[in-house]
Amino acid sequence: MFCVLVPQFALLTIPLLGKVMCNLQILIMGRRTKVPSVNAGSMADIAFLLLIFFLVTTTIETDAGLARMLPRKTNEPIQIDYQKKNILQVVLDKEGRLMVDEELINLKDLREKVSQFVDNGGAPSQEENYCAYCKGKADPTSSDNPKKAVIAVNTHRETSYGAYITVQNELVAAYNQLRDREAQIRYKTSYTAMEEAYQKPETSSKEKKALKQKIQHIRLLYPLNILEPQQL
Amino acid sequence: MSKFAKKKSGELPAVSTASLPDIVFMLLFFFMTVTVMKNSDVKVENTLPNASEIKKLEKKDRVITIYVGAPTREFQKVFGTESKIQLNDKFADAGEVGDYILMERAKKPQELQNVLTTSLKVDKNANMGLIADIKLELRKVNALKVNYTTYEGDAFNNLK
Repeated sequence: MFCVLVPQFALLTIPLLGKVMCNLQILIMGRRTKVPSVNAGSMADIAFLLLIFFLVTTTIETDAGLARMLPRKTNEPIQIDYQKKNILQVVLDKEGRLMVDEELINLKDLREKVSQFVDNGGAPSQEENYCAYCKGKADPTSSDNPKKAVIAVNTHRETSYGAYITVQNELVAAYNQLRDREAQIRYKTSYTAMEEAYQKPETSSKEKKALKQKIQHIRLLYPLNILEPQQL
Repeated sequence: MSKFAKKKSGELPAVSTASLPDIVFMLLFFFMTVTVMKNSDVKVENTLPNASEIKKLEKKDRVITIYVGAPTREFQKVFGTESKIQLNDKFADAGEVGDYILMERAKKPQELQNVLTTSLKVDKNANMGLIADIKLELRKVNALKVNYTTYEGDAFNNLK
């Protein structure tokens, strides 16, 4: 007991006494080789604290959306010499009302309308615009060919962004429907599945190459031609 | 009989909480890996619209984000309730978008500068006028790849 209390320097200054004392100390230490364990009871609290910190300061990112390519900037307004029948006029006004080809329709019917218009294939079979893979009504007053079909989306400045996204979503959905069908016929798989596989990091570069070719082919058959003229 | 009854002390042994730290640490690591640090405070209302035909955005280092929406309550006194554009940490006009994009582009490594996507995180109550202005600015600086960032869901919920 005494040895523990005497400071170290005291042992050094009195060698003899120190020797005796240290023997004593070793004796005592021998009984105490077991180091007392640190109480880990508060570990959980510390971990919780960290957890809550991370929960508060971080966000689960929303990293998905509708991808679009904007047209290049030109000085003159882009002139398009399209026949009127090849353009589908979609107007979304500030109250969220939707007009397609000067006809008031419900947003829920837009998808059907767009897919009918794009897939129409109105050109007669001897013309160069003839669409062999279209399954539409072949109405001569509607679009000639999916490659020719253009959808013009007009908005007002006060149109709400939510409504606009809904319209864009329906347009993409209509195109995806057609592309899926075409991919199903040609490659026995859906277009969206191919696109997903292409984006997966597990896909090997060889597969990717093959997929890219297929995707581009389908995209060529049903190109997404969306025109956004100057706002009203 | 007494031989068997002897050990019963009547009290239930306490559940050991020794593995609690491990469980919590597991949770902690899960959250650390799946979440991303907020790199800027969003000062605008930012309820994104829903869409179903969405595509995943590319890697985070290839994305420039623009927030649009009405200022949150604490900023309404100064900036009003009209929709505003937020670039980095401050409010801006549509005219500043071009410069911002060029600045952000210059910060990225050379090989990524041509493959950048602009992610538009726009509140669903914002007006299209502002979006059209932004798009015009983006075209001016040749940032043509745009992603209208949305939540996944039924697009018709946007109209409510």
